[in-house]
Amino acid sequence: MTALLTLDGVSRVYASPRGLFGRRLAVRAVDEVTLSVAAGRTLGIVGESGCGKSTTGRLALGLERPDTGTVRFEGQPLPPANTEPWRRLRARMQLVYQDPLGAMDRRLTIAAQIEEPLRIHAIGTAADRRDRVAALLADVGLRPDHAARHPHELSGGQRQRAVLARALATDPALLVCDEPLSALDVSIQAQVVNMLTDLQEARGIAMLFISHDLKVVRQVSHEVAVMYLGRVVEQGDPEAIFADPAHPYSRALVSAIPVPGPRRVERIVLTGDPPNPADRPPGCAFHPRCPVAVAACRSENPALHRLADGRAVACHLAASRRSAA
Amino acid sequence: MPAPLVSIRDLAVSFTDLPALCGVNLDVYPGEAVGLVGESGCGKSVTWLAALGLLPGTAQIAGSVRLDGQELLGAAPATLDRVRGGRIAMIFQDPASALNPVHRIGRQVEEALRLHRGMTGAASRAQARRLFDLVGIPDAARRLDAWPHEMSGGQNQRVMIAMALAGQPELLVADEPTTALDATIQAQILDLLRHLQAETGMALVLISHDLGVVADLCSRVGVMYAGRIVEQAPTASLFARPAHPYTRGLLAALPNMTGPRRRLEAIPGQPPEPWNLPSGCAFAPRCAQAGPDCAAGPPGFRGAGDYHIAACLRVSAREVLPA
Repeated sequence: MTALLTLDGVSRVYASPRGLFGRRLAVRAVDEVTLSVAAGRTLGIVGESGCGKSTTGRLALGLERPDTGTVRFEGQPLPPANTEPWRRLRARMQLVYQDPLGAMDRRLTIAAQIEEPLRIHAIGTAADRRDRVAALLADVGLRPDHAARHPHELSGGQRQRAVLARALATDPALLVCDEPLSALDVSIQAQVVNMLTDLQEARGIAMLFISHDLKVVRQVSHEVAVMYLGRVVEQGDPEAIFADPAHPYSRALVSAIPVPGPRRVERIVLTGDPPNPADRPPGCAFHPRCPVAVAACRSENPALHRLADGRAVACHLAASRRSAA
Repeated sequence: MPAPLVSIRDLAVSFTDLPALCGVNLDVYPGEAVGLVGESGCGKSVTWLAALGLLPGTAQIAGSVRLDGQELLGAAPATLDRVRGGRIAMIFQDPASALNPVHRIGRQVEEALRLHRGMTGAASRAQARRLFDLVGIPDAARRLDAWPHEMSGGQNQRVMIAMALAGQPELLVADEPTTALDATIQAQILDLLRHLQAETGMALVLISHDLGVVADLCSRVGVMYAGRIVEQAPTASLFARPAHPYTRGLLAALPNMTGPRRRLEAIPGQPPEPWNLPSGCAFAPRCAQAGPDCAAGPPGFRGAGDYHIAACLRVSAREVLPA
């Protein structure tokens, strides 16, 4: 399978001012991340706030420039942002994020917003565009009469559908979804999840699906990457990772999900706060919270290693699984 | 069974004539943990804001809320001041906005101790430290002098819990206490609430949109929809044998963490707007089992198991222990 999107050793470093007169500190938001998404497939990225998952999404779209490494779309390095070739490319890669109301212009009707990318990329005549908007509304399960409404006249779920219709207008090959369901209620979430998988099947869209919700990520992803403090710590088949996580952080994350009904696995409660990207511990970034850390974890940052079942794990202790396999 | 600590009867709330709550009945017994689940706008928070007199004056409130037999609705401000933070404490979703950003956190906890326990000076300082230890704030003595912005979200929620415990409440109402927190921090706070409840013997009402969070902590659950409780049951019974079509729909809409991946069974449509409530069962327009009889009026409760009731005409009433 050829990759549609590849991130190759991509890092993004921000300078953060520390205190009033402090030195500027380098914050590694994304650190040496290598990922790829094949056409028509979904890569899920999970992790907690500050782990770099959203920055990874922005790097994938070229909204942020990597400090090291390369982002490629269909084999070609992304052109610099705001140049003509980048703008043309953006028709093929779209972003959907958490807050649909914030993503829309409150003064424009739903139809005008869905049509906007078509006008920007000069696709079709006015009549073509009208037909296309009507078709898109139907595709995302909105009624024709929703076209004339304004964002505040729709429910949260309907707004997220409208945002999706707009993202799909230019027939993109890649959709970057950053927490697209977090603002929605459970019963509406399920509707949108089903719609996303149906649309992917019908149109062969690739998705980078960024979320903190492991249950939803398991539902939509063909592959999943767990991030911690800017790095991918475990990556592979979602069934394998969620059923039997190899990295201690993935293990804690999976066990922390509250499930309705009787609990099957003992919950691992991590000590300590979520990590601060501006104050990265030496060695493995997870070691201060890791229940099984050994001396090597405090000094040496583990690289991603492939296990026998094909997944990759960055943990010194997962090495034993590797040799045993 | 002992007498209920808090007894809510026919509680109804409307805002500018739009109903938000249409008659809620709920008992909370001493020392138990009750969950209230439902989606945004179902009235799970409004129930407790109304009970504690925390709604704005424009809200029209009817019904009765009794604490140990004493009526709270319409009670004198002085009475409510003793109840709130004293006998019943409440914590909210966003601890950062509930704390005063220009006061040190220790001072804010000490203020609660002064108001509810009459403690001052060294005594309140020492008690604030003990509370910080109790809620698991590391290095408590030094942390008393920290500012809210110096603490993480999880630590601030611990401060809020410490403040809530200051008055030694008999009931803690936690409104989405972990919704703004990351998964691993959520696990810490749920663990803390469980330990505190066991240690202090206080009752807990946990309001959440997350069925999993409620399953984790509560022994009894009420499911709310469009301003009413539609099902009430012991937690194990609710998840093993959900009786109301809405509860069943919610559970089917959740993706699983184990087993084969299946297509999610979404509930069609959306919850009714307050100005557009159906005359009968509010869930009927989205319900696969609904018939013409469902439009007749809001259905009453039927027994669906021991201490398990559901407000649905399709539940075949059985001879069971009352909820």
